[in-house]
Amino acid sequence: MNVRLWGTRGSLPTPGPATRRYGGNTSCVEVTGSRSKHAIVLDAGSGIRLLGAALAPTLERVDVLLTHLHLDHIIGLGFFAALFERDLDVNIWGPASTTLALRDRLGRYLSPPLFPVRLRDLPCRLSLHDVPLGTFDLPEMQVTTALVCHPGPTVGYRLDDGQGTLAYLPDHEPALGVRRFPEACRWTSGHDLAAAADLLIHDAQYARDEYQSHVGWGHSSVHQAVAFAELAGVRHLVPFHHDPAHNDEYLDALYQQYAEDACELQITPAQEGARFEVRGTRSRSTSTPS
Amino acid sequence: MTTDQDDPGVQHQVEVILLKQVASYLAIPIFVVDPQGNLVYFNERAEGLLGRRYDETGEMPMSEWSTIFVPTHEDGTPIPADELPLAIALTQHEPAHATMWIRGLDNVQHHIAVTALPLVGQHDRELGAIAVFWEHPAR
Repeated sequence: MNVRLWGTRGSLPTPGPATRRYGGNTSCVEVTGSRSKHAIVLDAGSGIRLLGAALAPTLERVDVLLTHLHLDHIIGLGFFAALFERDLDVNIWGPASTTLALRDRLGRYLSPPLFPVRLRDLPCRLSLHDVPLGTFDLPEMQVTTALVCHPGPTVGYRLDDGQGTLAYLPDHEPALGVRRFPEACRWTSGHDLAAAADLLIHDAQYARDEYQSHVGWGHSSVHQAVAFAELAGVRHLVPFHHDPAHNDEYLDALYQQYAEDACELQITPAQEGARFEVRGTRSRSTSTPS
Repeated sequence: MTTDQDDPGVQHQVEVILLKQVASYLAIPIFVVDPQGNLVYFNERAEGLLGRRYDETGEMPMSEWSTIFVPTHEDGTPIPADELPLAIALTQHEPAHATMWIRGLDNVQHHIAVTALPLVGQHDRELGAIAVFWEHPAR
């Protein structure tokens, strides 16, 4: 499968020259297989606007998989061009709450006064699905979901096309309440989603010393993301969901420490526009944005 | 008995993981069982009642924990396994409460009240049950 990062920033779009390389758009990842008629989009942060403008004209179906409904993960949805294509099948999957279905939850944002267009008025062939917990099939892809540790109903995704495995946990705090992280696999949130994945895109919002003042906010430090990836036996980690306060210069310095540590785990901090080819025993970055 | 190390491949549901984290910080004894009745966690305060550390016992099947602590009524008669509050919460999906005596693995008797509740997760998934213990003062 091919993976492209359209939004890597956490919490708030952070455009400007200081974030040009790592990117200022919020979470959005495109996943495609060998067919040009189907695309999977992981989260609908502000990065989804540019993705929508670049979709292949041969596309017949798009599946948008939302991890949760915090604003930085849905803020771009109303600006996603696919929703305005009359002949396109668009499926949006996301977690229900204990009392509301996904449609009702999303409708709170995609309706006046927060947004001028209602879900029911979108011209595409739109279907909304309360994402099941477990495994289901999309064209060319098996999808596995599980609830993960983050405030409110939040899922992580594991995508497998038979040749490679991608795990996506952009907002995840597996260290919450754990005295010595990481604990055993059995007691670690998200472990089974990430186990032995070829590529793991994982929350790494904070520097190590920042985490203590953000416990319970639902995010991880880079150090915790690395520990989690090593526990899960991941091959390639992409630290993601960079804090809005971290500019390019800061992130360069932060990840320089990890580049200097020799370890088996390959670490490539997420940059907007980066592409990855996920194939079985390897995943490699095929290009990075200029 | 099994331990995390024996079966590392199956991760607990996140609600159970978070419950363990909360219980590990609380100063009241707490017991957590999975949908099959296996004891998957008890906290430090429960260790004092049960007379054994969690790290030593690991997870324990229902057939073992329901008898190993020798639960008895106030009059000393044994409490059948299926009448224990945790078993009721698990099998009848309703809260249950009882006062009883148990004997820890260190042979110390404890007079306790037990309240058990079914654990129901997102999507109404049955995740097992939780029991909270309260030790009555020695008399």
